[in-house]
Amino acid sequence: MADEPLVLGIETSCDETGVGIVRGTTLLADAVASSVDEHARFGGVVPEVASRAHLEAMVPTIRRALKDAGITAKDLDGISVTAGPGLAGALLVGVSAAKAYAYALGKPLYGVNHLASHICVDQLEHGKLPEPTMALLVSGGHSSLLLSSDITSDVRPLGATIDDAAGEAFDKIARVLNLGFPGGPVIDRYAKEGDPDAIAFPRGLTGPRDAAYDFSFSGLKTSVARWIEAKRAAGEDVPVRDVSASFQEAVVDVLTRKAVRACKDEGVDHLMIGGGVAANSRLRALAAERCERAGIRLRVPRPKLCTDNGAMVAALGAEMVARNRRPSDWDLSADSSLPVTQTHVPGHEHGHHHGHDHVHEVSKENLYS
Amino acid sequence: MLLLALDTATPAVTVALHDGTALVAESSQVDARRHGELLLPAVDRVLAEAGARLDAVTGIVVGVGPGPYTGLRVGLMTADTFGLALGVPVHGVCTLDGLAYETSVEGPFVVATDARRKEVYWARYEARPSPGHSASARPPLVCTRITDAAVDRPADIAEAVAGLPAVGAGALLYPEVFGDPRGPEHVSAGALAALAAEKLAAGEELLEPRPLYLRRPDAQVPKNYKVVTPQ
Ligand SMILES: [Zn+2]
Repeated sequence: MADEPLVLGIETSCDETGVGIVRGTTLLADAVASSVDEHARFGGVVPEVASRAHLEAMVPTIRRALKDAGITAKDLDGISVTAGPGLAGALLVGVSAAKAYAYALGKPLYGVNHLASHICVDQLEHGKLPEPTMALLVSGGHSSLLLSSDITSDVRPLGATIDDAAGEAFDKIARVLNLGFPGGPVIDRYAKEGDPDAIAFPRGLTGPRDAAYDFSFSGLKTSVARWIEAKRAAGEDVPVRDVSASFQEAVVDVLTRKAVRACKDEGVDHLMIGGGVAANSRLRALAAERCERAGIRLRVPRPKLCTDNGAMVAALGAEMVARNRRPSDWDLSADSSLPVTQTHVPGHEHGHHHGHDHVHEVSKENLYS
Repeated sequence: MLLLALDTATPAVTVALHDGTALVAESSQVDARRHGELLLPAVDRVLAEAGARLDAVTGIVVGVGPGPYTGLRVGLMTADTFGLALGVPVHGVCTLDGLAYETSVEGPFVVATDARRKEVYWARYEARPSPGHSASARPPLVCTRITDAAVDRPADIAEAVAGLPAVGAGALLYPEVFGDPRGPEHVSAGALAALAAEKLAAGEELLEPRPLYLRRPDAQVPKNYKVVTPQ
């Protein structure tokens, strides 16, 4: 529909410079420039390297997104940007760009939550989110179970990892196996040719007295590393495929089991899975199997929308516009530990935002009083 | 000509509007940790004070550093994006040149800013009276940078800067090395804009708006780099 909000979203919380454009729940452009190759030799994302890459990539990526969408910036109804959580320096590059762009174009600005964006992106794939929505977010930076009754205003954390994120565990095991960085895709590949039941690795926090929705992958990581080292110490070959499959099975078993349980406990009949680890083929397959058995409808966006991108930020921005949420102020800052409960960073109460007029309105205020 | 100049390479968040011959409006705030928050409201204030709209600007001038990276990028990213949105050129100026332009020191001198980690960003300059103005009482100075901007420990450059007047916060921080420290402490966007306007009028090339980092990135992967677990 032509009257749905047209929003450009900017994402720079980690190593992807993402610029997406959506109209309502329709994806028009999803331009991403990644610095992942520059981080590979360090075995993880180096914040300063990521920040430098964002600065270089931003303007070309915005240009590409506009071209792909076939729109001009004047037509936009708003600009949204990841305000947090994420790497502080990296976030600041995106926030600076979004503020300058919104200000220069005379459009409202929405600083939004990265995690809520990971959930909202599914609207571009499967239409409006059911309310409430149960979401399992898994990536190199987060592993959480979230329940949302309105993605623009209410996201409730049910549980999260108490140590490593799921994606981090993949990276670390890949490192122990000398498979390079990032670890997720390569372990997924090897696991396809291995036996998931070959080695019984532990399932963290699954005892009867453990927190029902929290995760722990640190013990698993140590256990897998010890198993590999013992093989090496004994002079035996490490069965990379079986280790990958068995490790991956331990991770996705816990993730899906807890997610399905949360749905049942809360009476939610569908589950959304997002974040980079949602691109894992075994997670998708096992979630589909278990959801089907439990009568839960599974929603997982295509892999490219699961990893960090600008389209997810635009999707949440469009929802903010559609629901008349208050835009952010020009002093919006990046917040590396923005809580998941804060879906966006609205401007001060006394702000007057009237679309094209708000540039001039702001001038009359003392932002520091 | 209407230039919007900004610099975030020093603890100052500084914005100015310059019409090619004179400064129209300026704002400078010193807060090394809040460049991101302060810059856009400062732009808004300067435009309001001048009664100008951003789309009247014909060019953006931005300090390319050297300066602490996180703050430096705020100015460059803002300038870059303004350039994109407005379709106007973005001109880079070395931040140390802005400080040199602003001072009235004559002869050889040094500009030094705080690079943190017990180091300074610095360069050597030479200011001579403008040959065309030899008859006037106080001829304007023509200032030339003699060395590339560099980052060093003050003790390691003691010999190179000995006896020279030194401008900027870096000089004031290390008086044992910079024996003759002077103001201004931080760059002003007004000076940056005036310098750029002169160069543009003279048909000189300005710099690409790309950051002068001078150091390679710290290749440290932090543990648990994303802390998002709600407690
Ligand atoms: Zn993410």
